[in-house]
Amino acid sequence: MSTSFKMKKILLSSIIIIIGLSFLGRLSYLQIFKYSTSKIIEDPAIKAIYDYPERGYIYDRNGKLLVANQPAYDVMVIPREVKKLDTLEFINLLGIEKERFLKQLKKAKKYSTRLPSVMVPQLSKKDYARLQEKMRKYQGFYIQKRSLRYYDTHSGANVFGFISEVNDYELSENSYYKQGELKGRTGIEKEYEELLRGRKGVKYIQKDRFNRDIGPYKNGALDTLPEQGKEITITLDKTLQEYGEKLMNGKRGGIVAIEPSTGEILSMISGPTYDPALLVGRDRSKNYTRLYNDSIAQPTYDRSVLAQTSPGSPFKTINALVALQEHVITPETRIQCYNGFYVGNKKRGCHCGGGHRDLITGIAKSCNAYFAGTFRKIYDKYPTSDEAMDVWDKHVKSFGLGDFLGSDIPTGRSGSIPTKKTYDRMYGDNRWSSSYIISNAIGQGEVLVTPIQLANMTAAIANRGYYITPHILKAVEGEKITNPNFIEPKYTTIEKQYFEPVVQGMANVYSKPGGTAYYLQVPGIDIAGKTGTVENFTKINGVRKQLTDHSVFVAFAPVENPKIAIAVYIENGYYGGRYAGHIASLMIEKYIKGEITRTDLEKRMLEKTLDKEYAKPLSGEPFIINERVW
Amino acid sequence: MSVFGKSILKRLDWLSILIFIMLVTIGWVNIYSSTYSGAEESGFNFSSIYGKQLLFIGVNFVLIIIILGLESNFFERFSSVIYVISLALLLGLFVFGKTIAGATSWYNLGFFNLQPSELAKVATALALAKYLTDIQTDVKRKKHQFYGFLILLIPAILVIPQPDPGSALVFFSLVFVLFREGIPVFYLGIGLFTILIFICTLMFGTIWITIVLGILISLFFLLKKKSFKIPVIPISIALVVTILFSLSVNFVFENVFEQRHRDRFSLWLSLEKDPKKLEVIRKTIGYNTYQSEKTIESGGFFGKGFLEGTRTKGDFVPEQHTDYIFTTVGEEWGFIGTTTVIILFSILLLRLVYLAERQKNAFNRMYGYGVVSILLVHYFINIGMVIGLLPTIGIPLPFFSYGGSGLLGFTALLFIFIKMDSNRLKEGF
Repeated sequence: MSTSFKMKKILLSSIIIIIGLSFLGRLSYLQIFKYSTSKIIEDPAIKAIYDYPERGYIYDRNGKLLVANQPAYDVMVIPREVKKLDTLEFINLLGIEKERFLKQLKKAKKYSTRLPSVMVPQLSKKDYARLQEKMRKYQGFYIQKRSLRYYDTHSGANVFGFISEVNDYELSENSYYKQGELKGRTGIEKEYEELLRGRKGVKYIQKDRFNRDIGPYKNGALDTLPEQGKEITITLDKTLQEYGEKLMNGKRGGIVAIEPSTGEILSMISGPTYDPALLVGRDRSKNYTRLYNDSIAQPTYDRSVLAQTSPGSPFKTINALVALQEHVITPETRIQCYNGFYVGNKKRGCHCGGGHRDLITGIAKSCNAYFAGTFRKIYDKYPTSDEAMDVWDKHVKSFGLGDFLGSDIPTGRSGSIPTKKTYDRMYGDNRWSSSYIISNAIGQGEVLVTPIQLANMTAAIANRGYYITPHILKAVEGEKITNPNFIEPKYTTIEKQYFEPVVQGMANVYSKPGGTAYYLQVPGIDIAGKTGTVENFTKINGVRKQLTDHSVFVAFAPVENPKIAIAVYIENGYYGGRYAGHIASLMIEKYIKGEITRTDLEKRMLEKTLDKEYAKPLSGEPFIINERVW
Repeated sequence: MSVFGKSILKRLDWLSILIFIMLVTIGWVNIYSSTYSGAEESGFNFSSIYGKQLLFIGVNFVLIIIILGLESNFFERFSSVIYVISLALLLGLFVFGKTIAGATSWYNLGFFNLQPSELAKVATALALAKYLTDIQTDVKRKKHQFYGFLILLIPAILVIPQPDPGSALVFFSLVFVLFREGIPVFYLGIGLFTILIFICTLMFGTIWITIVLGILISLFFLLKKKSFKIPVIPISIALVVTILFSLSVNFVFENVFEQRHRDRFSLWLSLEKDPKKLEVIRKTIGYNTYQSEKTIESGGFFGKGFLEGTRTKGDFVPEQHTDYIFTTVGEEWGFIGTTTVIILFSILLLRLVYLAERQKNAFNRMYGYGVVSILLVHYFINIGMVIGLLPTIGIPLPFFSYGGSGLLGFTALLFIFIKMDSNRLKEGF
């Protein structure tokens, strides 16, 4: 048999084997290499239909409704089902211009001819009623109901936060969300997103290649039912929150009120603010851009948790407590005020009127000299500044200052308490002493706090030695929260007995003539408070320029068994007793009595704005600060 | 009844029969899955596609018994008659044909649509074997080679206008028989070389072909043994002819081909480099291939399970129960299923080659080769198209695809040969 004949015999067999092997190669490429463990969602033959549960309602601490949902109606279009129609009549009915109508229709066609697109988003209820019955005339168009947030208040925008469509990053991060779904973006909506949203249900539908439904996939074996969003109760007092926002009219700053015994946030106000309804519905994105781009008033900047400033005089109470705990003073220790005090040869001023001060009058009259002396005594107890600083730091930080509080407000700042390292960096290792850092005695120096930290600090004083981490969530579906972080007290390093004289001093701020808030007394309520006046500077054309002082006030009431601790901080409000003091006392009265007796005082706060003050540094003209007249 | 005695059952090639039964069974299971439309009917429905196919399978077994019961030289004796009848039936289509899906390939018999090209495949294989074994035929003579070629050319030409280019290719595949019986393999080489140049021209252009051929010839000159005499003139002529052919390819492609043909080629060879245009081609002319590839891919290694193929249920692949039945195997049975089918086909074809080679009777051997060629071309083109290796050519997968004529045709083709094989010892002369 010749070789060529042999070759002919095996030719066909070889071809069969080669074909078989190349098929197997191709199939292993397709089915093993290219095959990805793609989920059923990515299968074009399976359509997932989601059943969205209603987002949970939000109630205030007294069970008053704050946030609910409202229906919204979108006009949808399926382009290939659109029949010839009377365009003019239809656009009149929709209330849009012809140009926009045609543009939207073109956009919808471009997206898909057989899938629905939004034609006109979020009709008003009135338009919806008008359109509903006539819709049948227009084939290819229909109305789809959606659920939007509804706010039963004009206040609390910064606390509630807002919801908006998930972005690409979130889509890649969290497989729960699908394109076009909504997600809490800030505030409570963000922090408690998973409670509020519930869990969407899903139905899988088997489709054919024309995208028509032909029945449930696997007879619904993989389908799930929606899980309702949870109703939550928050710690806010609706009345107090609304009242506080009214008082903030035309003012910038923050107010935080806490119930000392529980750490519950009663109100959390940032001024200027905005109506939460602005960030719902058709104009959400337009409004948000406008608010966000207001770089001067910054309404979206929550000052109650983000604004860091020197605390000013309220910080003196902490220094008093540290000094008592360290046994460097007793309540009776007296320090001479020479209408000021000396740092080396330099004299620094004091407004208390001078005299031989003890602890209680030192606090009541906010004597700078007394606290400078006290601060020095703390330092003199220890052989080195480093040791003294460590001790001081430990005490101050035990009040929740200088670090994140760990509250359930999703935004915030840590504030700052200086340490030995801070000064080693500023002055050099061991090249500083108490004189260098004496400003901390009166809350000016390197100490920075946020209003919520200030309120928490006041709550710790009100509780005589402990605080509970401030929080906003009170109950879920009527069940009280059990998170130990928001239940267990956190003790300061100051023993209980040292608080009494300090509290007495703070009470005298109101009750004794010469106290810095004597004129702000509320009849029938014992209040303990402390004013603060914070110097501040800005740069205008590169030149450092002092502006009108920030007005700060902390208070709690009643003195025995306190119900509310509050911190108020008003930008450029001048001395503490002025704006901040007024607002604090009104808030306390409102919360405890439920009504205001001092209506003239209330009227002044509701009407007075600081717009003129805020315009000063921007005017480009010379201006005077800390004007006596207001 | 002597032919149905124990002896014939012993002499049948049971391996081929076993594989045949397995393929038919697997095929029917997949037809059932791809046409089963949920729970709307209880029990079995003979008017449904899977029900009809089951009837055809039943008829098939009657056909098998008839074939095995016939005189063993019946087909050799009557091959010319069968061939002429089938040609007449093909011609008759021009007058009485029924058009289904754009192709006039059927006779409407009321209860059954007969596709004569399936019968013609058997008839042509028989006729070719008969002619080549005729005492007066000399395969070495060019004239007789041409006559042999004519036997398969006539039915091929008759089916092209239907249009049924797939079947035409099947008739041409019978040239394997001619090669086996003596026509020089050189012809096959030229044929393959022509196809290669055609494809390479479309993909790379004439200039590259010239450069590569130039390099190859130079290497040949450099590496040759010194004693070897170079056939300068034939090589030069071949080179020039090749380049001229390559130049004409572009002309033919642009001016003779229709757009749909061009699209099929540009899809297959990825000629279109603009991703946007490629996407359009994939979604239009390439829709079938795109869907069938994706469907097979989605099955993965283990498949989605019987009746669980989502794309099959969604009817994403057109013609799934006929030409694209292999996609159901791919989706529901995965790589395991597809591999099983490929291996079964390969074993069957190799077994048939072996059976053909052991025939003492030349007619039987040539017919055997015809059977292998026809089955191989169907299997190669069908699965190659479905898995995206070959351009789209409509042709059924033997024993698998839905269709009575096809199933009966392939069964007759196979069992006529198995009958011949069972008689090989008796007829040895």
